[in-house]
Amino acid sequence: MSAVQAPINPDYVDAEGKPLWHPVSEPHHPEGSSTMLGFWMYLMSDCLIFAMLFAVYAVIGGNYAGAVGPHHLFDLNLIAVNTAMLLFSSITYGFAMLAMMKGKITQTLVWLGVTGLFGLAFLGIELYEFNHLIHLGATPQRSGFLSAFFLLVGTHGLHVTFGIIWLVTLMVQVKMKGLIPANKRRLMCLSMFWHFLDVIWIGVFTFVYLMGMLR
Amino acid sequence: MSGHDTHNHHDDHHDEVGYHGSYRDYLIGFIASVILTAIPFALVMTGVLPVQTTAILIVAFAMVQMVVHMIYFLHLHPKSEGGWNMLAFIFTIVVVVIAVAGSVWVMWHLNTNMMPVHNMTGMG
Repeated sequence: MSAVQAPINPDYVDAEGKPLWHPVSEPHHPEGSSTMLGFWMYLMSDCLIFAMLFAVYAVIGGNYAGAVGPHHLFDLNLIAVNTAMLLFSSITYGFAMLAMMKGKITQTLVWLGVTGLFGLAFLGIELYEFNHLIHLGATPQRSGFLSAFFLLVGTHGLHVTFGIIWLVTLMVQVKMKGLIPANKRRLMCLSMFWHFLDVIWIGVFTFVYLMGMLR
Repeated sequence: MSGHDTHNHHDDHHDEVGYHGSYRDYLIGFIASVILTAIPFALVMTGVLPVQTTAILIVAFAMVQMVVHMIYFLHLHPKSEGGWNMLAFIFTIVVVVIAVAGSVWVMWHLNTNMMPVHNMTGMG
């Protein structure tokens, strides 16, 4: 019966040396060491939300209820400008990150500011488009297509809105506390969030706008 | 330009280890994205190709651009966070494909197999 005992991890032994099935003390984790992975998990869950909205659009995006379809509603020139705004904001955020890595506070703040302005331009154009559609009578209540459209594009726009609020908050924090490790970590999280929204936008302009014009 | 060198000699905080970006990466990513965005827009705006071909091409461009963004902007790397980032990502993609493709498939069958018996055009 005296089987060879595997060496026991000292973290899993109580005061008398008996083995335990859980660690006695919390293993040491440096502050923020799991933040990036945790934030990535959040982004993946957000990705699932958008996947559901894309699925809804794919299913009911063709139900016009007798109203006009995407071909008569969308202005591709406007969407091209909008896409450019988001792309520019992506590279300027990248420049902000590079300035952050070099520890240059002013440069970081300037690039963050430029990113925020591009984000605002994107939102402004999107709101202009929504306003235009609603004035044409193409409201979310009008058809299944429009409900799904406003839900998907609106959710993305809402994410960008909160991204901008977060960006301004971080600018204030960097201004007040400098590029301390906590602020760098926050900027890296927002970086992932911002670039992630850009990836979602690729799906939106391809499947909603470009494919819509082909119908 | 070399973010790694600056952080190596100044301290070994864990929160800085996960960052892989470089000026070169962002520039490559940006130029690639501009090209990968401009071509599908041009294809649809000019309509030079048949609709079917255009549709396939723009979806292909979108897929490539998403990968470009993942690598050059989001710095997704098989080794980042000990591989957990990639694992979570792959899992998410599997769920997304099942959910989206499954919804479209099921609902398409519902639509084709449950065509209304009565003429419902007046109910819109």
